Parts: sequence; structure tokens; C-alpha cells
Amino acid sequence: MASAVAVPSQLIDWEQPEQIGLWGDAWARFRRNRLAVIGLTIVVLLILDALLAPALVHFGLLIDPLTQDVTHIEVGPGRFGHLLGTDELGRDTLTRLMYGARISLSIGIFVQAIVLVIGGTIGLTAGYVGGRVDNLLMRFTDIWYAFPDLIFVLVLVSVFGPSLLSIFGAIGIVNWVSLARLVRGQVLAIKEKEYVEAARATGSRPLKIVLRHLVPNSLGPIIVTLTFGVPQAIFLEATLSFIGVGIQPPTPTWGQMVNDGYQAVFANPSSVVFPSLAIGLTMLAFTFIGDGLRDALDPRMRR
Amino acid sequence: MSAEVGRRSKRSASPSFRPRLPNTRAVSLSLYVVRRVLWMIPVIFFVVLITFVLMHLAPGSPWDKGGGRQLSQSVVRNLNIKYGLDKPVWQQFLLYVWNAAHFDFGLSYQYEGKTVASLILGGWPYTFTIGALAFCLVVPIGIGLGVLAALRQNTRTDYLTMTFATFGASFPNFVVGMLMIIVFGVLAYNVSGGNVSLPVTGFGLDDHLIMPVITLALLPTAYIARLTRASTLDTLRQEYVRTAWAKGLSERLVVLRHILRNSLIPVATALGPTFALLITGSVIVETVFAIPGIGRSFVTAVESRDYPMILGTTILFSVVIALANLVVDILYVFIDPRVRLD
Repeated sequence: MASAVAVPSQLIDWEQPEQIGLWGDAWARFRRNRLAVIGLTIVVLLILDALLAPALVHFGLLIDPLTQDVTHIEVGPGRFGHLLGTDELGRDTLTRLMYGARISLSIGIFVQAIVLVIGGTIGLTAGYVGGRVDNLLMRFTDIWYAFPDLIFVLVLVSVFGPSLLSIFGAIGIVNWVSLARLVRGQVLAIKEKEYVEAARATGSRPLKIVLRHLVPNSLGPIIVTLTFGVPQAIFLEATLSFIGVGIQPPTPTWGQMVNDGYQAVFANPSSVVFPSLAIGLTMLAFTFIGDGLRDALDPRMRR
Repeated sequence: MSAEVGRRSKRSASPSFRPRLPNTRAVSLSLYVVRRVLWMIPVIFFVVLITFVLMHLAPGSPWDKGGGRQLSQSVVRNLNIKYGLDKPVWQQFLLYVWNAAHFDFGLSYQYEGKTVASLILGGWPYTFTIGALAFCLVVPIGIGLGVLAALRQNTRTDYLTMTFATFGASFPNFVVGMLMIIVFGVLAYNVSGGNVSLPVTGFGLDDHLIMPVITLALLPTAYIARLTRASTLDTLRQEYVRTAWAKGLSERLVVLRHILRNSLIPVATALGPTFALLITGSVIVETVFAIPGIGRSFVTAVESRDYPMILGTTILFSVVIALANLVVDILYVFIDPRVRLD
């Protein structure tokens, strides 16, 4: 008995299981999902494109998106040095698409940042504090929920002018509601868990409980919701541009390119086809990532 | 026990003495409905308040004309007086709320002499017809596809359905509408020599409806199909479903009674937002197909800062959405007996 106690733990040949944390495990499952990996690859390429497009123009590898090749208006793809053709003003479609990605991606990502800040704060406060505060915040959320998204964004953008900032704000301000509800629900469920009770019993301060227990444990569904929110925001921006109240020309955006190209679709179908494909492909990519993340982060799917 | 019951029944000769329990569920249900309907009032009030304040924050005035030709100051002053814009904002707001409560939504700025109410009432039938028809497509097709895909998980049916649903949810409806116009309107016309094609603009209770309704319905159908599949797959894994199979129920019974009744609960909650999506989606579809509904007039109102028109349309949209959510919430009580009404 005594000798057994004296054995230093290093001497015991513990079968060391491979240590895989939640995130490592999720990543392994995410990688197994072929579509999700394809989606991620597309998004990484898009981000690289968005970051590098101005540099490529600077070094002369790409044509400037505003330069008009006036002798080659509405040429088809692959002709006169325009890989995807030109539009009705002789501007290069490829460059404009690549610049359009900058707008779409920044809308998608920054809007989610706004959504996370507003929705996260409101949901966390409502769920954690509870009582009258919860009631008040949720009634507020309910009111916001009654606003018709597209309508309200249109009103906001027409009021504050069609700048990038006002479009971020407008789309962010209408989209935080579902995240707030989700976060609140998560917090309410986790708050009752034994480990939170244990943390409280051992005297952890509320802030520490929130940051160490509530936030990490509700992160999975939040990430999934935010990922699905990205294509929605891109969608909304494309719609605004299509109606003509989005980012104003000459800054290229995909929705605007579809609308411009539509005016001369039979003379030059490529000017509609490529921007439509760009929107569709980006949406698909984010949907695939979202699906992959949902399956990867769902502990019930753990094998 | 039985003796006691017997004695009591003997003593209560009149039937009115029978202990009559109030039907608590019915009472709380009607209270719930009343509360939900009353709750719509502050919601709509805040929608009006926020939209009103926003529009008065807007720089410039509705009398600004593009193209450099400005109205003279005295004309602007008279216009402001005519439309009540010379009063302080809070007075304008109270006046607006008071009038709106009496269904007077003011005069449109862009169409002289027309009331907002008449313009909206003129456009609403188009918007509603297309939206309602689309809804009638979305619900059965979306749910049907979703259930089918889930029951045949990982078969070709599943993959085909989900490919459709994923692609359907990935193209904005203006792209879908344009593609349909190009293919079924123009290409079909050219190829068939003008015999077979669908009308590309305008409204009519005939083949004019086909393309707008499909355009509007595609995205929500895809969304509902994805949602239904996920929720049905979730239900399929439940133990009561395994029990139902194990006790030898027919496939029809298991699917209808045990799977669908549970898997459609989350889908039912999504129907409110779906209806909202269809109604607001009219903004795009009516623009693409040149249909004179309220969506299209809303876009022109936003472009020309027709405040009363914007306000009126926003109110209508939010009332419709609030009503849709109300109906769904009430239906939900009947579908899901676990719902508490407090």
C-alpha cells in the first residue's frame, strides 16, 4: 500500500490518449467535410483577391477598374486582353469583379462585427442579468423584430446617404436581433449548468464567469449564425446596389454590375453572367462553411 | 371514494351544482391572444416613431430637385405650409399619429393631390396576390422537399433536393428574375418565332403571374426545404420514433403522426418570417417585372423622398409582418402543446 503511494506518477505508464480539445476536434471534423473545405478555399481566395487587387493594379498586372478601353466596348470574354470582357463603358470586367469582392466581403464581415457587438451585448446582458432588465431588452428586441429588413435598410440608406459606412450600419442595425435572441437563449441554458454554479460557489466574480464559462460555451452556435449572416449581408448589399441606392458608381459592386449589364444583356451576356456567378459562388461558399461549422461544432455529432 | 362520489351526486339534485372547472387552457389562450394583439400597438407606434425621426434627420428637403433647378424660397415656404412641414417636428409627429390612427396617412409629395392611402390601396392587391400565391407555393413545396430529402437521406433524391435548395438560396431574386426574363421571355420568343413566351412586364391574372411568383418563391422555398430537412433528420434520431417503428406501426403512421408532427414545429415558427420575406421581396420582384404594387412605389418614394409615402408603406409592411407573426405564434400554441401561455 505504502509503496504504491510512493511510486512517482512518471513511472506509471499512463496510456496517454491523444489530447484533442474542442477546437482541434471541430477542425478535424470540418476538414472531413469536402464542401466546407471547398467553401473555405473560395473564401480565402476571395479575401486574398480583395486584399491584393490594388497591388496588382499598381504593378500593372490588372487593369484599373475605372480605365475605359474606349475602342473595345462590350467585348466578349478573352478578347483584346480582357479575360472576362468589358462593360458598356469599356471597363474591364475581371478587375471590376475583383474590386467588387472588396465591397461585398467588407460588407459581409463588418456587418457581422456590428451584429456581434450589438446582438452579443444585448443577448448576454438580458440572459445573464435576467429579471426586469431581461424583460425590457427582450421587448426592445421584439419591436426591432417587427421592422421589415429590406424596407428599413432602404429608409436608413436613403436618409444617411449611400456611403459604405451607412450601409454597414443599416444592415448591421437590422440584423442583430436573431443573434441577441440566440445568445440570450444560450446564456439562460448555460447559466443553470453545474459548472457555472460551481464557479459561483467558489467565489468567481460575475465578469469572470461570463468570460470564462458563458462566452466560450455559447461560441459554437454564435459562430454558425454569424457565418450564415455573412452571405445574407452580401445579398442585401447586392440588392441595394441593384435598386440603385447602394454604393454609388463608379465604385464597382456586384449588384450594380448585374444591373448595368442587364441593360445590354443580349449584346454582351458576360457582363451579367460573371457578376451573378460571383454573387452565387460567394453565397455558396459561405453556406458550405456554415453547414460545415454547424456539424463540426455540434457536440452531438462527435464520434 | 366511490361512496363519497355517490353521496355527492345524490345530494346535488340540480345539475348546476356539478363542480364545473373553468377551461383554464381556453381562458389563458384567449388572454394570450388579446395580449399579443395589444402588444402590436406599441410595436407599430415605435416603428412609426423611429421611421419618422429618421426621415427628419435626413439632410435636405423633399423639394430639392436634381439637375440644379431649385424652387424659389417662397414656393418652398408655401409647400412647407401646405404639407405641415413648418411646424416643430414633435407636433408633426403627434399630428401624424393622430391622423394615422384614423387611417389618414396624408398626401403624397410626388403625386400631387393623391393621398398615400389611395396609392397604397391601389398597389396592395398586386403585391398581396403575388405574395400570397408565392406563399402557397413555398409552404407545400418547401416542406415536401425537405421531408422527402430527410426520409431518403444520403440517396440521390436527397442530393438532388439539397442541391436545388442550396443553389436556390444562393442567387439573389433579382438575378433569378432577370435570368427568367432572358430565358422564358426573350430567348423562348426568339427560338419559337414569337409563339411561346411568357410576358416579362406588367400584371395580369394569367401567365403574367408565372415568372414573378416563381422568382419570389424560389429563395423561401429553398430555405424552408433546408430547415425542414434538418428538423426532420433531428426527429428521426429521437427514441420515440424508434419505438414507433419497433412496435410495428405502418410507415404512413410513423411519418405522419410521430415524425412530421414534431419536425414541423420549428418550420411553423419560420413561416412568419417567410411571409415577411415574401412581402418585402416584392420590392425587388416588382421592380424587375414592372408590376405597379407597393414595393415598386416604395422604391420610387425612397428615391424622391416622399416622406408620407415611405411612412405609410413602412407602417403597412410592419403591420403585415406583425400580423403574420401573431398568426404563427397562435398556431404554434395549437401545434406544440408544451408551450406555456404566461
